[in-house]
Amino acid sequence: MHKLTRATVALNGLGRCLIAEKHLSAFKIISRGLVSTDHEGDSSKSEVYDVVISGGGMVGSAMACSLGMDPNLEGKKILLLEAGNKKVMDKVPDTYSTRVSSISPGSATLLSGIGVWENITKMRCKPYKKMQVWDACSDALITFDKENLEEEMAYIVENDVVVAALTKQLDSLSDNVQVKYRSKVVKYTWPMPHQSVESIPWVQVMLANGETVQTKLLIGADGPNSMVRRELRIPTVKWNYDQSAVVAVLHLSEPTENNVAWQRFLPTGPIAMLPLSDTESSLVWSTSHRLAEELLELDEESFVDAINSAFWSNENQSELIETAGSLFRGALSAIMPSAGSPRQLPPSVAGIGKKTRVMFPLGMGHASEYIRHRVALIGDAAHRVHPLAGQGANLGFGDVACLTQLLSQAAFNGKDLGAIQHLLEYETERQRHNLPMMAAVDLMKRLYSTNAAPVVLLRTFGLQATNMLPALKEQIMAFASK
Amino acid sequence: MYSNKFGRLVLGLYSRKQSSVCGIAQGCAGRSSFSWTAVCKERTLRLQRGGCPESHAASSQISSRSASHTTVDPDEVRRFQSLSGKWWDEQGEFAALHAMNDLRVPFIRDNLLSVHRARHPGRPLAGLTILDVGCGGGLLTEPLGRLGAEVLGIDPVEDSIGTARLHSSYDPDLRDRVSYKACSLEELSAEEEEGESEELEVSQYDAIVASEVVEHLADLETFAFCCSNVLKPGGSLFITTINKTNLSYALGIVVAEQLLRIVPSGTHDWEKFISPEELERLLESNGFSVQSVQGMLYNPLSGAWSWTNSTAINYALHAVKVRDDPLPDQTEESSSYQDGSADTHR
Repeated sequence: MHKLTRATVALNGLGRCLIAEKHLSAFKIISRGLVSTDHEGDSSKSEVYDVVISGGGMVGSAMACSLGMDPNLEGKKILLLEAGNKKVMDKVPDTYSTRVSSISPGSATLLSGIGVWENITKMRCKPYKKMQVWDACSDALITFDKENLEEEMAYIVENDVVVAALTKQLDSLSDNVQVKYRSKVVKYTWPMPHQSVESIPWVQVMLANGETVQTKLLIGADGPNSMVRRELRIPTVKWNYDQSAVVAVLHLSEPTENNVAWQRFLPTGPIAMLPLSDTESSLVWSTSHRLAEELLELDEESFVDAINSAFWSNENQSELIETAGSLFRGALSAIMPSAGSPRQLPPSVAGIGKKTRVMFPLGMGHASEYIRHRVALIGDAAHRVHPLAGQGANLGFGDVACLTQLLSQAAFNGKDLGAIQHLLEYETERQRHNLPMMAAVDLMKRLYSTNAAPVVLLRTFGLQATNMLPALKEQIMAFASK
Repeated sequence: MYSNKFGRLVLGLYSRKQSSVCGIAQGCAGRSSFSWTAVCKERTLRLQRGGCPESHAASSQISSRSASHTTVDPDEVRRFQSLSGKWWDEQGEFAALHAMNDLRVPFIRDNLLSVHRARHPGRPLAGLTILDVGCGGGLLTEPLGRLGAEVLGIDPVEDSIGTARLHSSYDPDLRDRVSYKACSLEELSAEEEEGESEELEVSQYDAIVASEVVEHLADLETFAFCCSNVLKPGGSLFITTINKTNLSYALGIVVAEQLLRIVPSGTHDWEKFISPEELERLLESNGFSVQSVQGMLYNPLSGAWSWTNSTAINYALHAVKVRDDPLPDQTEESSSYQDGSADTHR
């Protein structure tokens, strides 16, 4: 009787989950039919992937390539979702793009491991061998260089070039990695940590075109405003610096070797000139929103003047600090005559590339958790830094290298790729690297955002002392080039 | 202090086993075969298969392969799901068994790979058939299936099989490669014999895995005999179990059962534990050649297992069924290779 009632309920379509009554085969068939049109239909229609990467920017695409090329992950179903169009670059455009990244040797190793670096160097990239950082409020400076200028310190690469090279590589990996361009995610459905009744154990991703895919592991590479992170309600420490960055392509007044990255700390924020070619450099000028807007409004000539004076002017220096700084420097060089390096002058700017002046707000953010059940965050989705140290992309590529290695090992051990154990390892390892880096960058930003005499004095001494200690500088460089 | 931790470790493992035994008692009231002990004693049980309740009769190999969660009674699905929540909670009750996969999966994989060449890098064990005896919720069965092997998990506990089947049914990678059957090794072995005589079909296994099982068996002779029966010549037998030492008695019986009383008194029979030497002797007399024995150590603080030289508590063993027509130099060669690969674990 009980069974009969239930079967009737099933027939009415209300209890479509109640099935398979052994003694009522006719009802069973009907109720199964109902099931296959609704509930069962959904899960059988949508494909189950091993890994879905949400976001096909530099870091997301690199993740897809890296997983697609790993031998232990051969045969796994990997999908990359990108909301934008496919970015192909048959020919490198004549003009430089304003959005550039500093690629450390560590990131270059990752990119060459996934067969992309060669393409990037063929397209366009500029190595630099030295970095000079100095203060607008004093003569203090610090230079980083590799021994004898033989090795590259890092590379300045246009983001578009990196993405294009990765896109090309993904095309050749189409057997291993599926890419859906112009596919926007509208909804994520998270699985319960422990299987409960009638629930699908995978992450479900609903796309704007109505399609749903399921995945054992979702990798969120969807940038600083990550939807994955938001939907998971992962607490994120973030603040806006009340700063915007003005970027532009600069034409130098005369061709130089141009292998130095220049950065000067102004009280309003750091200004950086990064080499693109013998005659061109990229500008990243972090400053207040108001000043940034003003800079955007200026005519070309005044803008160029503003840049040059930002690099050359002494107006922020005070006599007291000047004297104290040179006394300290004198004392240091008396102790260690050979150490330290002389100050060099940045090239002067003659003009800017047409329509290359853009501004965007700066912020810093750090997700308190990089992982959840069957989810991992990488790149800016997990951490966003101030561009002053040129570490944003490198931290992201570091995530890619780490996560690939752990997933590869997990696959070779027959594990469920979404299992929490190796994801926890990923989180621990990356936070151990990313947090100190972010703290250092943030501290630098704050230290140099003021022209109060005691702070200036302190940082002047600190910078000068650091400049005199090659061992410490090497440590800093080693950490930053990972 | 330290022994206390050990106590928790051993005790944890025991309570696991015990819960599965309880599961049988509650779940399979209709069946008289509810534990390994009983199964092993009554080898005639296989004859009762025809008389088993409907659900069991339906679980022929074919239906077990295609089993999807929709073909079973919803109440049962719910029960399996709640059990599945227990079995598959990586940090729950079975955490130590989950963690043990970090040792036992590579142990099985590497020993098999030293004999069989991996043809597919993403699925190193592709083309091999493995029998997982006492598979429980499928904790070890699934990883082996993911490595490409065709795995059959058997367990006399119907609820465990239902749980394992449900869990693997969600994963399309496993659906074709992993299957489960609620039966004992004896039943399977007898079936194989019948099958062979009728169709001359060789459905023997490249490897048998019996992880944390043999300490619950009464009749190891029969176990070894059945293993040899379903294994291909040259096939591998992998066993992990607990040693029969004063230490394992102190931690497992005294601490766990009598002092802390977390495990009901009498759950474990120290007499059934077996030392590696004894197990080795028993296997050698049943046509196996033991390749390596390694100690395993659980750190309850980190929740991780590691290899150790001491086999005083837990250990893993790899044996190979001697070929009927042994080629002396070949066996020697392969055995020295095995030792070499085993050394890398230390």
